[in-house]
Amino acid sequence: MEKSQKHKYVIKNGRIIDPIQGLDEKTDILIEGEKIKGLGTFSKKDGEIIDVKGLIVCPGFIDMHTHLREPGREDEETIETGTKAAAKGGFTGIAAMPNTEPIIDNSGMVRFVRETAERNGYVDVFPIGAVTKGQKGEELSEMHDMVKAGCKGFSDDGYPIANSRIMRKALEYSKIVDKVIIVHEEDPALCEGGQMNEDFNSTRLGLRGMPAIAESIMISRDAAILDFIGGRLHIAHLSTRESLEVVRASKKKGLPITAEVTPHHFSLDSSCLATFDSNLKMKPPLRTKEDVEALKKGLKEGIIDAIATDHAPHALFEKEMEFGSAPFGIIGLETALGIVCTELLHTGMLSLKEIIEKMSVNPAKILGIGKRSLKKGEEAYITVFDPEKKWTVNVDDFVSKSSNSPYGGWKLKGCAVITIVKGKIVYKEGEFF
Amino acid sequence: MRVERKDLLGIENLTRNEIEIILDTAETMKEISERAIRKVPYLRGKTVVNLFFEPSTRTLASFALAEKRLSADSFNLSGSSSSALKGETLLDTVRNLEAMKIDFVVIRHAMSGAAYFIAERLEASVINAGDGTHEHPTQALLDLLSLKERLGNIKDKKVLIVGDILHSRVARSNIWAFKKMGAKVSLCGPPTLMPYKIENMGVEVSYNLDEAIQDMDVIYVLRIQKERQRGGLLPSLREYIELYGITLERFENAKDDVVIMHPGPINRGIEIDPRVADGTNSIILDQVTNGVAVRMAILYLLSGGKSGEVSEA
Repeated sequence: MEKSQKHKYVIKNGRIIDPIQGLDEKTDILIEGEKIKGLGTFSKKDGEIIDVKGLIVCPGFIDMHTHLREPGREDEETIETGTKAAAKGGFTGIAAMPNTEPIIDNSGMVRFVRETAERNGYVDVFPIGAVTKGQKGEELSEMHDMVKAGCKGFSDDGYPIANSRIMRKALEYSKIVDKVIIVHEEDPALCEGGQMNEDFNSTRLGLRGMPAIAESIMISRDAAILDFIGGRLHIAHLSTRESLEVVRASKKKGLPITAEVTPHHFSLDSSCLATFDSNLKMKPPLRTKEDVEALKKGLKEGIIDAIATDHAPHALFEKEMEFGSAPFGIIGLETALGIVCTELLHTGMLSLKEIIEKMSVNPAKILGIGKRSLKKGEEAYITVFDPEKKWTVNVDDFVSKSSNSPYGGWKLKGCAVITIVKGKIVYKEGEFF
Repeated sequence: MRVERKDLLGIENLTRNEIEIILDTAETMKEISERAIRKVPYLRGKTVVNLFFEPSTRTLASFALAEKRLSADSFNLSGSSSSALKGETLLDTVRNLEAMKIDFVVIRHAMSGAAYFIAERLEASVINAGDGTHEHPTQALLDLLSLKERLGNIKDKKVLIVGDILHSRVARSNIWAFKKMGAKVSLCGPPTLMPYKIENMGVEVSYNLDEAIQDMDVIYVLRIQKERQRGGLLPSLREYIELYGITLERFENAKDDVVIMHPGPINRGIEIDPRVADGTNSIILDQVTNGVAVRMAILYLLSGGKSGEVSEA
């Protein structure tokens, strides 16, 4: 955009919540071009008025765990449709996991994702590179080269790094680039053939179980490696009480460890599987009611730093199968905020400020992509949302290419209204720009 | 009395009343198989598909005979259980069958929940003939009928289920069934073949068969798959027999009138001594006989038939 043509917006009458500035007040924001020009009282002389009376205005949400399926499975999701779903969900940026076909394990692939996102994307895409070549868990990928190409972190997500020596080397090598290693924690031998959490429900339904300890054992191992050798570790989709305790103890020790939880792991549990609905099949699996309660507490206490969707699109024909044949994963970008408000805000579990920290401030910090704040001079990444808006999830209304969500028919309270990416309105009340 | 449901998918969701209606109807159905002309017209004009994705002798034969004795038009289809590999999905297969106008699908499948999955998506009635390690409801119902015939009443009887509970859909269905009828159910087998938190089903669990067997009214023996050794679940079949085989010696320590049951097929000399399996305490062949009657009753009731009206035809 030319300097002389810089567009100006006045986001007027909103309740501004900016945890970094410690701000929670009713005021206006002036956006000029890509940046925030200032906070205060502004009029239409200053810029185009966008009235957001009664709404929350906060630093833009970041989903640090999304699967975009491009390249390889563009029938399930593309960078364009995935970022569109993100914009609708109030996310101004998403971290794209590398388990595409082919896998994002070299700088050329990172560039492909970044450039496709720049061309077709509605929101920022932060490419995550594979820790190991082909996500095979055998040889480290070229982390330095990928970071040069724009990679923001590393993960073999979808798979655990089973080999302890490789895990150690990955953490060691990542110190060169100072990027986080995001781990999918699952002891493969304990989970072999598993379909759901191992508990009374798996026994009742005759589905092979994946025990909770398969996750916490691996987190314990990696926390020990982290303590021994350094680096930065982020636990993807933490799902059990035991895991939470390991992270708690590691944080207490001062280790550079962070963790995220998905909306489905604090809103659903394994008893929901009685109907064998494959939209309830994901990894890690839905755990017990006790785990759900523990995760909510872990969020409150700050043991869990971030809320991330693990948006995993799958074609209907692949999901619509007998439970054992269906792939793992559900989508989440368009329902996340609604679930968060319904399950955490309106129940009094988390405050708006805490939610904004976990969906914006902390993910940005963990990925090292600059501060998410509404301070004068910052890039204008803004989410405007209505925590009181009631709506019913209709999977046919999703803009994602896939509809594998267990939330169809759920009545939620809270949704995004406007999404602003670098000063540009990309989503506003059902419309995309 | 009627059974007001489209499908029979498992015992867990049946009420005791429904079970009793099925058993009462099965008792009257039994007589039909004793007639010179073993055929009644209750299901005339109805089409039944026996869709078996796993090998079966007893269950398939039993369903096929039940259907024929009720005058249904039926045929058998078998297939590979892995729909992903087969090219056509299970859903496509059953939708194609339904397009040809069918009334019943009897399904056996290696995956738990397969019967639920198609039942939700078909207008036809679905009968679960065994889904993965989930349920095998017709087996449990024929077991109840057989036990009822032998003991008169199942309430307060002590039933011990022995063997590989982990991989057994028969065990799960039978635990629900025996419990609903008021029996006291215990399980005995190696801990590696005991599913997690199975005691939450309201059963006692023990690992010592010699102790568990005492003062049991019924010993229900499960088949042990020889392959279990490979998965690290058993050190050897030899040790299994020593610990959990129903040997003649163990049998002699049980109550004199203990009832011996087995869902078949039997691994003679492994989970049970042939002399016990074929002895007078065994009702193993009665179970097979009753399989036909129970399946006739289920087909009849799901097609809208009332119990108590059967004998009038």
